[in-house]
Formats: sequence, structure tokens, C-alpha cells
Amino acid sequence: MKELLIGKLNWQALPHEWFTLGGAAALLGLGLFLIILITRLKRWKWLWKEWLTTVDPKKIGIMYFIVAGFMLLRGGLDAIMIWLQQALSSGASHGYLSSDHFQQIFTAHGNIMVFFVAMGFVFGLINFIVPLQIGARDLASPFLNTLGFWLYVGGVLMVNMFFLLGGKYAATGWLAVAPLSSTQFSPGVGVDYMIWALQISGVGTTLGAINFIMTILKMRAPGMKLKHIPLFTWGSLCSMIMAVTVFPLLTATLFLLFLDRYAGMHFFTTTGGGNAMMYTNLIWMWGHPEVYVLILPSFGVFSEVVSVFSRKRISSYTSAVLGMIGVSTLALSVWLHHFFTMGAGADVNAFFGLMTMIIAVPTTVLVLTWIATLYKGRIRFTTPMLWFLGFVGTFAVGGMTGVILAQPPADFQLHNSLFLVAHFHTMVIGGVLWGIFAGLTYWFPKIAGFRLNERIGRYAFWCWLIGFWMAFGPLYILGLMGATRRLDHYTNSSWQPFFIVALLGGLVIMAGVVLQIVQIIASFMQRRQLADTTGDPWDGRTLEWSTPSPAPFYNFATIPKVATRDAFWEAKQLGLPERKYEDIHMPRNTASGIYIAALAFLAGFGFVWHITWLIVAAMLGIVVCVIARTFNEDTEYVLPAQEVEKLEHERAQKALARHQDIHTDTFEEMGLREFVRVAIKWVLDVIRNKRWRTL
Amino acid sequence: MAAKKTKRRVQVKGFLLLFVAVIVALAALLRGKDVALFNAKGVIAQKESHLMIFTVVVLLVIAVPTLMLLYFFAWKYRESNPKARRATETQHGKFLAFSVWAIPGIVLLVLASSMIPATHELDPHKAIAASGKPPLTIQVIAMRWKWLFIYPQQDIATVNYVQVPVGTPVQFELTADDAPMNSFWIPHWGGQLYAMTGMVNQLNLMATTAGDYSGGAAEINGEGFAGMKFTARASLDQDFDQWVLGIRQSSDVLDSAQYNKLLTPSQNNPAAVYSGVQSDLYNTVVMKYGSHDHMGH
Repeated sequence: MKELLIGKLNWQALPHEWFTLGGAAALLGLGLFLIILITRLKRWKWLWKEWLTTVDPKKIGIMYFIVAGFMLLRGGLDAIMIWLQQALSSGASHGYLSSDHFQQIFTAHGNIMVFFVAMGFVFGLINFIVPLQIGARDLASPFLNTLGFWLYVGGVLMVNMFFLLGGKYAATGWLAVAPLSSTQFSPGVGVDYMIWALQISGVGTTLGAINFIMTILKMRAPGMKLKHIPLFTWGSLCSMIMAVTVFPLLTATLFLLFLDRYAGMHFFTTTGGGNAMMYTNLIWMWGHPEVYVLILPSFGVFSEVVSVFSRKRISSYTSAVLGMIGVSTLALSVWLHHFFTMGAGADVNAFFGLMTMIIAVPTTVLVLTWIATLYKGRIRFTTPMLWFLGFVGTFAVGGMTGVILAQPPADFQLHNSLFLVAHFHTMVIGGVLWGIFAGLTYWFPKIAGFRLNERIGRYAFWCWLIGFWMAFGPLYILGLMGATRRLDHYTNSSWQPFFIVALLGGLVIMAGVVLQIVQIIASFMQRRQLADTTGDPWDGRTLEWSTPSPAPFYNFATIPKVATRDAFWEAKQLGLPERKYEDIHMPRNTASGIYIAALAFLAGFGFVWHITWLIVAAMLGIVVCVIARTFNEDTEYVLPAQEVEKLEHERAQKALARHQDIHTDTFEEMGLREFVRVAIKWVLDVIRNKRWRTL
Repeated sequence: MAAKKTKRRVQVKGFLLLFVAVIVALAALLRGKDVALFNAKGVIAQKESHLMIFTVVVLLVIAVPTLMLLYFFAWKYRESNPKARRATETQHGKFLAFSVWAIPGIVLLVLASSMIPATHELDPHKAIAASGKPPLTIQVIAMRWKWLFIYPQQDIATVNYVQVPVGTPVQFELTADDAPMNSFWIPHWGGQLYAMTGMVNQLNLMATTAGDYSGGAAEINGEGFAGMKFTARASLDQDFDQWVLGIRQSSDVLDSAQYNKLLTPSQNNPAAVYSGVQSDLYNTVVMKYGSHDHMGH
């Protein structure tokens, strides 16, 4: 009876170790805090109607940023815990973590950073920026977009569920390599939580990618040909095409692993004719392109940033586009370089080594076009530009170490070492993450309506750059000294100083993260002075800057007509056309996405704990929801032309009033000292008067 | 305004100095440390390190000027530089489009022409040709979480310890039993290779200098991962023979009862030696997984 009702759940599943208790307390505490806050502010209805059920890609983008930001902190904490253990655990000392717990942490760290931080930010940026860049009002399928976002949130919850129930996450490394992930070597629910977190969010990714490909191909402004679209949109298009190509492969592979674990099948087991090498092949056929899914949008961001802040059009646009297409095509044929060491013959290894080295060509082409863009430009050193300059140097090192790793004989020595770990962190932090930071800073006025504080932004950048090299420089060295990755203990005491420096570097990066949070708060405090009243704070070139900041929910009051690249720049040279308003068709908000994602989460939970009735009920629920949604024909509404005109007029009035309010000559951006002073004053004020007051 | 500029310039200089200081400090920390991959004590490791160094040099030849150009342009064409000649509206021609592809293309050709022969020469399956000495075969079984070494020619076995004669080609035959994928790695001697159940993977290495080196598991394989290490000793021929003779005196035998004891998962195992190995033990272990036993679980 108990089995029927709650499957394999039992009392031991409740949190009872310090880290699960801590995690559970943090999760429940955050949830409780939010519930109380929203209730007290009487914002439930607003939250539901304006945000949770929205189909506006800009709002969905912001929600992606928020969730991914929280996950960055969560994954960052994991990173510090890993470094701390390795700094302590030398020789006689065994550190403060058990090896099992340590392995769970690095597994969760990898899963969270790749799937829920990098992917979250990338989807957030694409959501917010791509429609604006191509002159579209919404996406090809607004509903798929909200569904994709909520499936991502379902994955985020699933990856953290083990804190509340189960007590253990997978300890297999972020890819759940077989046969380590089989029930023979990994009993318990950890791997199941991982499988379902990735399955649920992975389906969301596939749907999102289809949606953006359709949007970019079919919904561009009249006159905008593929050869006109901005490079961020090109990067996103290549990235999404790759995602559609490989994510179904991930879903299928994890499904087979699930069958091994749930139904006792033998796809990847050591016994019964299973073949674990097959899993390694399949997971990397997805895994390698995935890295490029993440980095191509960042390449796009940097292309925009370099061009705008050099006040110059991108040099050799065609080469840049071909470079992106080349990277994304070649990325599908290099997966075997992740396991040269499995023992394939020299011919096979040489082929995949060669393909991997060829990828460096289109990547170098992109770097060279950026350099050519700087040449004879008029360069402004804003923070997005700093991220770019830090990125190129760092990424060059990552690229070179990548070419070394691509040589099978060298890889035999470097594979599975900390050198490898340092290499891919160079690419993912120095490439993907800094690209995202550059993009967020660059587009922040469009997102929030005010610029970010540059002063504190610069400090954050330097902390990240210096912290990064302090943290990962030692790992390169340790790899060359023969240190393998994922060690919770080592006997060679000459390694310890390097691990300690790495830990300190991790702390410097943490300081950078804190400064970024301070930067956002300080900018909010000075939002009136930093307000972007023109919609075009950087003298931009692409269509998103032709809209007011923050962009209205319908994006464009009149859809622009495009005939060239850098459409907005050209329009500014020729004089902006007169506006003629017309009726706008907008999609209606829908809660179907939330319902389906919630049911998918429940089904996944049922699979983790073998609760059959829950699986069946949730699956049926999903079918019913999808059918109900398809019968809903009232999914759009019309915003009449007069209404648009009224809204535009009001906004222009407001912007004008704001504009006159700003005294640029006397205004100074808040520094750190000033921020601390104001913050303390505010806290004291709240305590004394027992009353909230906005900053 | 001017004061603000100067202040910012000082700040940037400070940060850059700090950055350089980090790099210098890391280099200083390296003094007197054993950097295994560039302190090769085996022929394979030596050739692998040469390939790495060659690659780095070729890459630096292009990367250093490229990066210098980048930072030079960024500095020279800064907005506040009144002396810079700008041309923000010019289009770059075909020559640029050609060179951005040609430069990395040439580097690729150079590197590929060294990589492909090296991959064949350093194929781990390939036996090492050494003057006159017959190769030594060592059968390696990865278990949870220990390494079992069987010397079929000497009829001895060891756990978490391996000894080889200097200058003799050694053929490690890797497999695993009741264990996830493992990777067998002795950094001073040469690159790693996977050890998997039901398969034999050959790794050919040859030590060049006598001494004790550390080896271990490189691929995550469960709780005992970090402790799955062994000492790899390279000794002169007569010392090796002496060592074998010494083990032959021991009364511990690796029979199936003893083997099954070893199969029980255990962590941080001390070294052990056995004189006499049950005949065909290694083949039995490999074939165990090849029978497609559908009763397996």
C-alpha cells in the first residue's frame, strides 16, 4: 500500500545531513521570504497576470536572467566548496568533505553552470534582443516560448530537489558517464534527479530553439534579408540550429539511460551485452556542439559591442557570418576528441584531431574581424568593451590550449587532468559568461530603462579578470604536474600551494560577483540620473536602439522598413521616417505553459521515486492541457492604432520631462564608498522608522 | 574632468600591475617543483612533451602578434586620442577577407602536418621498438578501487604497485572487472588509456630513468577514486630480476578465492604482492563480460 502511494519515498529521504539541511533551509527560506513579501505588497495578482503568464519575450527574458542569476550564485558556492576542499585536503588532512559529498558537489556544479546558468542567460538574451533586432513584435509561437521557459524552471527545481527529498545528488560527473551512472555503481536517486532535471529542461530547449529559428527566418521586418541581420542574431540563429540538431540526441540518450535504471534494461551496462562506450559517444555527440550552442551568441554579442563602441561597421561581415556557420557545422564532427583515450585507432583519432583543429580557423577569423573593426575606429572604453578586451586575451589562451588538446598524443597526457578543467573553464567563463556580461551591460538600458554604473562595473570586471587567472592559472600548472581532475584528496604536497592560490582566486571572483550585485543596486539608486531617455544611449547601429528604453510591450509602434545592414544607423544618417500608426495584433497571456511544466515536473518526480499513479496522472494532465490549448482560438487581441498613438505620446511626454530633469554636467556616478554610506543610512532609516522606503 | 581621467588611468595601471603580479607569482611558485609532463622519464612522455612544446611555439608565433595588434589598436584608436587618423566609414576590401582566412589556414596546415604522423607514431597500441629487448607484458585489471598487475611471464602479481626494468618496452594490457570505466595513467612515462570491462586495451610505454613515479586513475569511477593510486618504479634490469625473485619467495598466491576478495570494493588499498597466479585468470576476467549473459543484472 505504501509502495503504491509514495513509491520508494521514505523517512530517510528527508534532509538530515548538514548540507541537505542547509540547502533545504535556504530553499524553503527563500520561498517563504518571497511569499511573505508578495503577500504583504499585495502583488500576487500582478505577478500572475503581468509576469508568470506573460508571453512577452522581453519579460520572459528578464525572468530567465533572474533564475540564471540565482543559479550562478548557487553554482558559484559549489565552486568555492570544491576549491576549499582541494586547498585543505593534502597529505594527512582529508579536508572537510567526504569523497561522496565532494563528488556530488562537482557534479551539481557542472550541471547547474551549463544547463541552468549559461543556457538560462543565453536564452534570456536571445528572448530579449533577437525580436528587437529583427524588427518583430513577438515570436513565431509565443506559447512555445513560455512553455520552454517554465520547463527550464522545472529543471531548476528538479536539480535542487534532492536537498528536500532524497539527500543525494548524482556523484558521476556532469555527464553521468556510463557505466558509473548505472544502478550497479550508482544506486539511489541522485542520477535520477539529474536525468529528469535535464530531460525536462532539455525539451524546453528544443522547443525554444525551434521557435527562435522560425522567428528569425519568418518574422523579420520587411526588406530585411538574411544578409542584413545583425551578428548577434546570426550567432543566435547558428546556436539555435545546432540546439535543434543535438538536443533531441541528449533526450534520447538520457531516455535510454533512464530505461537502464528504471526498467533494468542493458543499453549501457557492463553486463547483459550493454555497451558503455556507446553512451560516451552519444553524450558527446550532443555535448560538444552544446559548448558551441553557448558560445555563438556570445560571439554575436562581442561583434555588436566592438562595432558600436568603435563607431564602425563590422569589418568583413561575410567572413564573420561564414565563421559562425563554419563553427556550428564543424562542431558536429569533433565529438570523439573527448575520448581519444578510449583506445580508438590512430586513423580515427587523427581524423577527429584534424576536425577539431579546423574549428580553430573560423574562430580565429572572428577574432581577426574584430581586430580589423577596431582599426581606425573611435573607441570608447565602456564596460562592455572592457569585457571584450579581457575576453580576447583569455579566449586566445583557451583556444591555444584547445589546439594542444586536439592533438591526440598530447591529449593522452592532458585528458582528465586539471589542465583540461582549466581549458574549458577558460572557454566557458572567458568566452560564454563574459560575453553574457558584456551583452547584459550593453543592453541593460533597453531592459531596465537606465544605464549601469560604469565605475563599479569596471571594478567588477577587474575582479573577474584577475580572479579568473588566479583561480585557473594554477589549474593549468597542476595539470602539467600530473594532477587529475575531481580529486577530493591528494598525497603530493607540492601541489597544495597551487590549490590555495586557486581558492583565493575563487574568492576574488566572488568579490566580482558581489560588486556586480552592488553595481545593479547602485544603478537603481541613481536610475533617474542614469535614465536612457532617447532609447539610443550608445549611438547604436541596429534596430533595437530605435525603440524607446525600456522597450514597450509591442516593441515597435511602427514596423521599420529595412534595406541595409546596420539598419538603424543608416536610418539615422538619412533621417528617421515619419510614423504612421496602425492596429497591432498581440498574443494573449496564457497559463498553459506553467500548468504543463508543473505537470512535467510532477511526472519527473514520480519517475525518480517510482510513484506510478503520479506518473500516469501527470502525463494524462499534460495531454489534456495540450489539447485544451489547441482548442483555444482566442489567443490574440488587437491594440487599436489610436491606443498605440496615445501610448507613444504619453511615453514621449514622460521621456521629455525626465530628460529635462537630468543634469549631466553635475552628475557623478556613485562609487563604492558613496554606495556603502547611502546603504547604511538606508538600513538605519528602515530600522528607526520601521518603514520601507524605496532607495 | 582631467583629474577624473588621470585617476582612471592610475587605476587601470594598478589593475594591470596586479594582473602581471599574479602571473609572476605563479611562475615563482613553480621553482623547484616537479612538472611531470615536462620532466619525462619515459620515451612516450618525452615525445608527447615535444609535440606539446612544438605546438605552443607555432601557436605563439601567430597569437602574440595578433594580440599585440589588438591591444595596440584599442589603445591607439581610443576616442580621447586626438592624433589618431580615423576612417570609420571605410569598407575593408577583399584582401582583408582573404587574409583572415589565410593566416589561420596556414597555421592549421603546419600543425596538422606534424599532428597526423605523431598520432600514428604515438598510437598507444603500437609496440615500441627497442634494440634487442623483448617486451615485458603486464596485465592490468582495474577494480573498485585498486589496480591489479599480473606479470604472466614472471607468474607474479601485485596490487597498487608496478615495477619495470629501465629501457625495456612494456606492454600494459588494460581491462577492468566489476568496475566503471577507468583510465590508467603514469604521467612521467606517457599518456593514459581507458580500462574497460570485457575488453583489452593495449598501452605501450618504456621507462628511461630509474626512480619511483606515481600513477593512478584519471577517470571518475566512484567513491574510492582519489585513493586509487599506485607507485610505478623503474629499476635496472638486475634490480628488477631481484625483485621478481623476492616475490617468488612469498607464500601468497593469487587464486580465485584471493581474487574474489580483491573484487570486494575497498578504498586506499596498500600495495600487495603474490607469487603465482591462477592460470588463465586474466582471460577469464576479460571473457566474463563477452558471454552476453542475459541473466546479468
